[in-house]
Formats: sequence, C-alpha cells, structure tokens
Amino acid sequence: MIVRELELDLDAFEGPFDLLLTLVLKEEVDLADVDVAGIVVRFVERLAERETLDLDACGEFLVLVAALLELKARGLFEDEAAELADLEPEEAAEELARRLAEYRRMKEAAGWLAERLASEGDRFFRLGPAPLAPVAERRLAPQDPEALADVVRLLAAEPPTVSLAHMELRFPPVAQFLERFRALLLRRSRFDFDTEIEGLSRAEQAIAFLALLELRRANQISISQAAPFAPIRVSRVEEESAAVNERTDAWNVRSA
Amino acid sequence: MERPLRLVTANPLDQLARTLEALLVVASAPLPVDELAAAAGDERERVELALGLLAARYHEGRSGIVLEAVAGGWAFRASRDAAEACGRLFERPVQRGLSQAALETLAIVAYLGPCTRPEIARIRGVAADSAVAGLVERGLITEAGREDGSGGAVRYRTTAMFERVFGLESLSQLPRLDDLGDVDDLRERLHAVAEQRSA
Repeated sequence: MIVRELELDLDAFEGPFDLLLTLVLKEEVDLADVDVAGIVVRFVERLAERETLDLDACGEFLVLVAALLELKARGLFEDEAAELADLEPEEAAEELARRLAEYRRMKEAAGWLAERLASEGDRFFRLGPAPLAPVAERRLAPQDPEALADVVRLLAAEPPTVSLAHMELRFPPVAQFLERFRALLLRRSRFDFDTEIEGLSRAEQAIAFLALLELRRANQISISQAAPFAPIRVSRVEEESAAVNERTDAWNVRSA
Repeated sequence: MERPLRLVTANPLDQLARTLEALLVVASAPLPVDELAAAAGDERERVELALGLLAARYHEGRSGIVLEAVAGGWAFRASRDAAEACGRLFERPVQRGLSQAALETLAIVAYLGPCTRPEIARIRGVAADSAVAGLVERGLITEAGREDGSGGAVRYRTTAMFERVFGLESLSQLPRLDDLGDVDDLRERLHAVAEQRSA
C-alpha cells in the first residue's frame, strides 16, 4: 500500500493524501478544517482490507500524520505554541522546511537506488579477499657459525638429575614425642620446649610441636610464651583442674 | 614455431596490455590505475592507454568478459547476456531486494556519509539501527571511524562493494538531487507565517 496515494473523502478535502499534504504545506487548505481522525480511520480501514500488515506503510503513515498533527497544533494554539516551543517560530519553520526537504530528497535518492539496483541486477563479478601480496624478504646480517654451534651445544647438554631427596624423608611418629613428653612431665612439672628439641632436625622439631599441640588438646599441659619467639614453657596440668576443664568442655560442646 | 597473432603484436602497448589483463584476472577487487602501474612497472599514462585497448577488446557484446571502470578501479565482470547462466551457479551480492528503509538509509549514507546512526534517524524520523545493521551485513556500508575522535557515535560510509553492485565508477556518479523547486517557496511561506505569529 502506498500511503501517499491513500484516497481521502473528508469534509474539507477529497483526493489522495499526497495532494492534501502538498496543499497544506502551500497553505491552500486550512489545516484547522482538516479532520485528522478521519484520515486515521480511512487508513485503518484500508489496512484492515489487507491480510498482511504493511509495516513500511504504517511507519510512513505515522511519520506523516505526526507531522500533520504538529502543524495543526501549531495552527490551533498559535500563542501557546510560540511560548512552549524551545525554538523561535522562525527557527521552527526553517527547521521544519529543511527537514521536509531533506527527507524528500533522500526518498528520491532511495528511489533512484532502487531503480539502479533493478537495472544492474544482472551484474556478476568476482568477490573475495584479495590474494596476499608477497611478504618482503628479510635479509639477515652475516652470522658466525660458531655462535650457532654454541647455542646447539647448550641444548645438547645433559639436564641436571632431579633430586628425589624429599621422598626419602623419614618422619618419626607423633606418638614417639607424646610418650617422651608424658614421661618427662611425670618427672618434672614443667619443661622448656626449645631445650628439649635442640639438636633435632627441622622435620623432627615440627613433629615434636604437633605432639605438643596434641597434649594441649587433650588438656594435659598448658603452654605459655612470654613474647613471640621467646622460649615455649610447657607445664603439667593438675589432675583435678584437668577433670574440671574436661567437664566444662563437654558442657560447651553440648550447649553448642 | 608458434607465432602470436599478427594483429596483436602490431600494437606496441600489447605486452603491457597482456600484463594488465593477467593482473585483472587474478584480482578479486577493482584495481586502481596507480596499483596497476606499480605492479606492471610501467608509466601511468601508458597503463591508461593499454586499459583503453583492453576495454575495447572486452566490450559488452564482444566477449563473455567485460572490462569496466568501477569503484575507483578497473575490474572484469561477466557480460550481461551470461547473467542468467551465472545466476544458476552463483549468488548475487544483493540477491534479494532492499527494503524501503534500507534504501533510504543507504541513500543517506551514500549522499551525506560518513554519517552516524542518530543523524540517519534524524532525517528519516525513525530509528535506523536495524537498517544500518542489515546494510553492514550485506557489505554495502562499513564503519568509518567515530564522531569527535574516539568515544563518539560510529560513522558509516558506503563500500567499494556498494559501487560495484550499483555499477558506479565512484560516488560522484550518483545523480545530483536537484533541489525541489518549491522548497524555497515553501520556506518563504513558513517564514511569513512565523513572522505573523511572532508579531
């Protein structure tokens, strides 16, 4: 459907929509007399006659009717329109004329392109990426063959054997230290942890510390340290208070 | 001993013409004269003369191949009377027609480009996003930088493909859109109304 050819039968005007627009723009028809609702109804009727919805026609119609309504509103509320509009009336008129002219020119250009596309439809040509241009040859500076040999020699060297020492580490069981500390505490009420583990390997010292934590967890010892990195003092917890602590722990666990 | 045709050897530009012919048959896009001259290692003027010879030889109606000046360069295409057969084997770049919205958008980009989507929307009065995306996908328009350097709206321009599809030597071949006769008149009338209102 071509919107501009929409036949109208209104009180003020009878004929195609396009003619009405031209007459309105030339002010030969007073827009105040034109029933815009009548135009819309006529368009909707014509639209309903067709099975498919012509979106292009709907879009064009919306644009044209919106422009028409804007013109009519300006005509009906002259003073208000002048006050409300951001643009001066002269600027608005200039802008409107410019836009209408520009859009009509582009519609003409689109028409020309459509014709051209139809008439040039039988053009077949090769398409695709351009073949690659040859890559410019890079010239190398003169090289010393010995330098190459040196590099190859580096690559040919036997790699260092990987140490498996860490796999042979033997850790004494924690229980060994547990027994040792318990026996110590039977003889003495307190001892200095650092003195006890002096001379042991790093791994053994770590195991000894684990044993210490285990004893603390079982509430058999108390641990104190005056300051960070100061000697760790270990002392025996008396049977009675140990029992009390155990009960408290149990109560805490239950209540939690 | 094989001897080239007499007629062909008679022209001193023939060797150059044959080289250009070879370059054009390998190319997949139109080759500008400067590029042809550089590749053939000859002078621009002589290349133009040789192209004239080739164009006469590969003229519509004389051969299945036609040499034409298009999209700022020279390129071979199939002759029109072979189009039907070509159509059975190959797809055209714009196989299906363009919608009115696409044509209007293309016209705006071709005449006013490089231009941005908001500019196109301003002229057409509706958003141009899908029309622009469709034209980009068809290879008829392409991005051409941004407005105000980086960060602005993307600008679009038509491609060499557009010129080839529409058979244009360059954008300057687009017809001049004569200003509508009644625009000035219209403008005057609108101004007159504006004066009345502001008075």
